[in-house]
Amino acid sequence: MKQLLVLGAGTAGTMVVNKLRPLLDADEWKITIVDQHETHYYQPGFLFIPFGMYSKNDVVKPKRDFIPPGVELIMSPVEVIEPEHNRVRLVKEGRYLNYDFLVIATGARTHPEQTPGLQEHEWNRSIYDFYTIEGALALARHLRTWQGGRLVVNVVENPIKCPVAPLEFLMLADWFFHEQGIRDRVELIYATPLSGAFTKPIASKHLGDILVQKGIQVEPEFLVMEVDPDAKKLVSYDEREVGYDLLVTVPLNMGDELIARSGLGDELNYVPVNKHTFLSPKYANIFALGDAAGVPTSKAGSVAHFAVDCFAENFERYIDGLEMLPTFDGHANCFIESGFGKGLLIDFNYEVEPLPGRYPLPGVGPFTLLQESEMNHWGKMMFRWMYWNILLKGQPLPLPARMSMSGKWRQ
Amino acid sequence: MATRTIAGKTVQVNDEGFMTNAAEWTREMAPELAQGEGIAELTPAHWKVIDFCRESASNLDGKSPTLRQITTGTGISTKELFALFPKGPAKKVAKISGLGKPEGCV
Repeated sequence: MKQLLVLGAGTAGTMVVNKLRPLLDADEWKITIVDQHETHYYQPGFLFIPFGMYSKNDVVKPKRDFIPPGVELIMSPVEVIEPEHNRVRLVKEGRYLNYDFLVIATGARTHPEQTPGLQEHEWNRSIYDFYTIEGALALARHLRTWQGGRLVVNVVENPIKCPVAPLEFLMLADWFFHEQGIRDRVELIYATPLSGAFTKPIASKHLGDILVQKGIQVEPEFLVMEVDPDAKKLVSYDEREVGYDLLVTVPLNMGDELIARSGLGDELNYVPVNKHTFLSPKYANIFALGDAAGVPTSKAGSVAHFAVDCFAENFERYIDGLEMLPTFDGHANCFIESGFGKGLLIDFNYEVEPLPGRYPLPGVGPFTLLQESEMNHWGKMMFRWMYWNILLKGQPLPLPARMSMSGKWRQ
Repeated sequence: MATRTIAGKTVQVNDEGFMTNAAEWTREMAPELAQGEGIAELTPAHWKVIDFCRESASNLDGKSPTLRQITTGTGISTKELFALFPKGPAKKVAKISGLGKPEGCV
């Protein structure tokens, strides 16, 4: 019996086992997936929680519900991966699991403790995050009675999960405070380490003034060194200061510490793999998918989805002794909430930056690309149902894994 | 696409003055590019960073490494990087090394 071992039952890991179980002969292949947490979070939904648009129940389900029959699920933290011995050691009972092929899908998470002043006595009092369920819920409580002031959203360092989420947060905040009748008492500031809110030339041209229209100020090239929680200010490495009344931080994102313990990671604990096949250049039987992968994609569920589609086909070839094809093109497809019941859509890959046009979707679309529409907002809201009921279960969606130029406009 | 002459050689640049073809870059161009960024003289510490970025970029599709990759790879702290390349080291290093600007997804 051959053993495929998947570490992490999040978005990528769950999709991998659902896609591969029907493709691999059950008499020849055993599939095991390991995770330490029982709850699956619909992470894109965290964005809506602070504004009361989603509740906790909208974003949680048991991981077990998404693991198909014929796949063994083991609940345990993983102590270490031993690639030289083709095995991993679990924390639970010190048990060893051998593998013929290993898929690392242990994700990424936020590390507020890496920035001095962030996760101290003002944490969840005047400093919040919305990338964790706890943070999103605490922020929702805070915003319900907040009387206004200076709200600063700060990205500590890139790459981060869902790179557009901080912008979406600000645009939803603009809408939320309008609805609350206190928009005139709220300043919205985006402090980013990048050169601006939009950095790609075509997106900048189309969306460049959307933040100005919404009264959101940008503090560009702001690399935070520390936070002074008492004086309520961010201090950058070049000694600029940004004061706040309410700080919403997007802390440093890092891959799982297991990766570092196992000597498999880069400086942020992501696993370097080929960006078209997800195969480790060092170990011919190790792959990394989803946020755990050290590839220059956005860390997002849509990327994991397209990546897993490409990977599943490729893996079948690979175990038959064929070369893997460089099928994955870096495709990402993201709805961006822009507030007031509208949204944007971007569709891009390694080579093609987000372009304007129409995104065709049989029976539902088209959606407008790089342009606000109500349809895009509904697309995003509909997506939660699709995620739980179709995407995670590995069922086919009419979304091509590789990016298509159809409907896109080149200027 | 605009062109610009740096150290006697014509290269392609984008609207913000970043070279668009990393292969056109030569070491002789770095001092002139640095002067445009307000850095009068390139010290060995500057070169350590530039060399590291050029080397990393070959594995990154010609994109400049992140600040964290630079600090980890060179042993130079973030604070020192800001002293070497004041006001936005990520962007300045990329420009001087003939690499793409650090970008987000939109």
